[in-house]
Amino acid sequence: MDIKAYLALSLTLFTIGIIGVLVRRNAIIVFMCIELMLNSVNLLLVAFSKMHAASTAAKASLTFASDAQIFVFFIMIVAAAEVSVGLAIIVMMYRNTHSIDVNFLNRLKN
Amino acid sequence: MSVTTLLFILLSVMAVGSALMMLLTKSPVHSILWLIVVFFAISGHYILLNAQFLAIVNIIVYAGAIMVLFLFVVMLMNLNSESEPAKNYRLHLIGIISGGSLLLVLLAAVMKIDLAHPVMMKVGEAGLISKLGKTLFTDYVLPFEISSVLFLSAMIGAVVIGKKD
Repeated sequence: MDIKAYLALSLTLFTIGIIGVLVRRNAIIVFMCIELMLNSVNLLLVAFSKMHAASTAAKASLTFASDAQIFVFFIMIVAAAEVSVGLAIIVMMYRNTHSIDVNFLNRLKN
Repeated sequence: MSVTTLLFILLSVMAVGSALMMLLTKSPVHSILWLIVVFFAISGHYILLNAQFLAIVNIIVYAGAIMVLFLFVVMLMNLNSESEPAKNYRLHLIGIISGGSLLLVLLAAVMKIDLAHPVMMKVGEAGLISKLGKTLFTDYVLPFEISSVLFLSAMIGAVVIGKKD
């Protein structure tokens, strides 16, 4: 499979995430779109690692491909930590304003 | 057309279609369920790339933990109302146009590059658990331990933010 197919797929998913962040106003869905963007980048990292493993320069040391996948693993770890704090913030926001509309929060005060 | 190509196309259509459905559905719970379908499609891609560890971790962490957390928040706070009042269609149009032009620019830029090597599918040992485990616990043992501290601080932060004062 050509790398360009993966590039096109990842960019499409990433753009869908960006459009979601721009268009939707439900804070939870905006947050989910950020997760989608993280996932599309993860997919591209894995695809590039497999492409790099196919190149002749990397034949000698195959650990580079593992390195990229460890990176993806750490991205998942950070995403999990981010989600727990972000959802706590959304719960707090709902408790204070009784709404999860992000347009409602155009200022930090009040 | 080989089976691998067919599977790639099937999983890609599944991922992009479910992502679009996630955007288009009004109900947050349905949105979350569609996003779970996207994650399963991406896990299928990982399996196709022979990254078995990441496929399993993606299902466990994303579909299993993060999405359940989202569902808990939506259902506990009873947020499943389809209320997005006062729709601003001009804003929707601007968002879609800017996102679409970004996609066009990125695709046009990226398709120009010349990468000769194909992506190895279904072969290569880099994604197997034994290889990744060795790399993780030799070269990356310090970041791994630091990530546990990150999780602890995230847990404390979530409790501190979420508790009633």
